[in-house]
Amino acid sequence: MNQSDFLKVVLPFKDKVFRLAKRLLVSTEEAEDATQELIFKLWRSKEKIADYKNVEAFAMTMTKNYCYDRLKSKQASNLTLIHSNYQEKETSLDKKLEYRDSVNQVHQLIEKLPEQQKVIIQLRDIEQYDFEEICKMVEMKPTAVRVALSRARKTIREELTKKHNYGVS
Amino acid sequence: MELANIEKLVEKYLNAETSLQEETTLKNYFTAGNVAPHLQEYESMFNYFAIAKDETFTKTLKLETKNSKKSNFKWLSVAASVVLLLGVFVGKQQYDKNQQRKEAQIIYAQVSKGLELLSKNLKKGEQAVATLYTYENTVNKILK
Repeated sequence: MNQSDFLKVVLPFKDKVFRLAKRLLVSTEEAEDATQELIFKLWRSKEKIADYKNVEAFAMTMTKNYCYDRLKSKQASNLTLIHSNYQEKETSLDKKLEYRDSVNQVHQLIEKLPEQQKVIIQLRDIEQYDFEEICKMVEMKPTAVRVALSRARKTIREELTKKHNYGVS
Repeated sequence: MELANIEKLVEKYLNAETSLQEETTLKNYFTAGNVAPHLQEYESMFNYFAIAKDETFTKTLKLETKNSKKSNFKWLSVAASVVLLLGVFVGKQQYDKNQQRKEAQIIYAQVSKGLELLSKNLKKGEQAVATLYTYENTVNKILK
């Protein structure tokens, strides 16, 4: 497998890797580094990749595990990632929408979810993978995935309804 | 899509029982604007999901930089082994030379000692000859 073959395989899902990394690691820079690192890891094991049926699912699993590790080491060194610590480079996200407050709210609500639910919401509602793929990526049983997803969706909805009723805090 | 149907789908959606197709239907409904007032919280949810998907990895991927570092390491080890070999070779030569010089010094010392001995003995002989001359002279004087 040479470089152009490899890129042909990897490029279609590099944004997905990046978005998942960002969902978990919060900061854009961290996510960029993580993506770079992961793609490079894949490149190093390119001989093996040819044997995998679903490189994308494999890459997403790797991303998830890598980010978990990063978060763990962050916790160990007493550094927690808080969103307000980072300046967002991307403003396009805000610009595009007039409901930017409520949309940002969703972003923050997802951030408060447990990591596992974050990953599943990301994979299902944003990347729109089917359940079978998600099960493989997160190494969980289908029922467990559904339960986690349902919980995440309900939490977000409840919080949004609360904010809606009491006014934006 | 009529409202009743959407409400049903929303219920299924919350229980994570919707298929991807049904979720696309929901997404289309909620991102189109025109959302029923009691479902407004879903509007922000689905709008967020749609926007979040637009974010892309903008940096260029690097595949070669670290790779060349690896081959550098390989060449470095080759260079190191060459240096080591050369060092051993040169060292051996120097050692041999040194050894030869030492041997030469020993031989020189032995030879010079031998020569000294010889010269000492020759001197003894010369003195003896010298006394012999004096003796002969005296004898000649007497005989004359």
